[in-house]
Amino acid sequence: MCRAVDLQRAVLAKNEAAAHILRTELNARGTTVINLLSSPGSGKTALLERELRLAGERGVSAAALTADLATENDARRLARSGVPVKQVLTDGLCHLEADMVARHLHDWLPESTRLLFVENVGNLVCPAGYDLGESLRVVLASVTEGEDKPLKYPTAFGLAQLVIVTKTDMAEAAEFDETAFRANVQQVNPGVEVVLSSVRDGEGAGALLDRALATAEGNRVHTPVMAQAGA
Amino acid sequence: MHEMSLAVAVVDQVETAAKARGVVGVRSIELDVGELAGVVADALAFCFELACAGTVVEGAELITRTVPGTARCAACAEDWAVGMPPRLLCPGCGAAADGLVTGRELQIREVRWADPGAPREEHRQPITEES
Repeated sequence: MCRAVDLQRAVLAKNEAAAHILRTELNARGTTVINLLSSPGSGKTALLERELRLAGERGVSAAALTADLATENDARRLARSGVPVKQVLTDGLCHLEADMVARHLHDWLPESTRLLFVENVGNLVCPAGYDLGESLRVVLASVTEGEDKPLKYPTAFGLAQLVIVTKTDMAEAAEFDETAFRANVQQVNPGVEVVLSSVRDGEGAGALLDRALATAEGNRVHTPVMAQAGA
Repeated sequence: MHEMSLAVAVVDQVETAAKARGVVGVRSIELDVGELAGVVADALAFCFELACAGTVVEGAELITRTVPGTARCAACAEDWAVGMPPRLLCPGCGAAADGLVTGRELQIREVRWADPGAPREEHRQPITEES
């Protein structure tokens, strides 16, 4: 009898398979998923409120799935934009997994949805390892979080396909060093685009929506070095 | 802390493999964990104890092997240890690395099954025979 077995199996194989199926199914019906990651309080919901409202004004059919450990506050905020919104309560789980997303889309996501924004649980560690079937992964950091955030959370920033700096209207007060932040992003994720945004003064309005639409239209998306394993 | 989800995933996979082989117990599981996989080995070990309770995996030893991050620059034909935080720009020419060679592993490498003749509660260490 065989006593030692070389399994060579990825621990997250089940999630990766579920994510692949979800991406294939959604792409086939014309829906593109955008996964938004950040620390709690970086402004994911505020940014999404603005971009969803813009989507409505431009006649782009969008929807949003928002995840939190508790409360439906974010869903109520996002629903004001007029697009279909669903709250996912993770009951304490620190991240979303692909099968959770698939379960929540079933019987809810309108057939005509072009862009589905998934607001992950506010956390820069755990969600980084979970593919949710997205075609664009966006990582946010606000100016108050410090320039070295990309170095402190290298896996999250290293796997981003777009980085958005939020609350730039507060940059001066927070003494945010944009040059240092960009250099730190480049160290862990060379070539990724960094966009500046403020929902207060309107900087970067529509930038996320534009990138999401470009992705949906099949434009090439940045491939992070960290995602190119075994080069 | 997502280590509980990871521990459950490890136990599920090993349990499935054990059932398929009609195995009665598991001696050890060896995991490769890359430096950039975002996993805390101690937290994973703690969760593993909880996740394997009541399964065929209960009592198995979890051996975690940390895999350092290395990146490659094709133009310079150079590999380097990226360190932590990782430096993914080539130390030679300053260009972006062409890819990560190692460092994001999260893989079950090897499983050792318990000897079917050995009563599990006695924790005997049978001599393993590689197949």
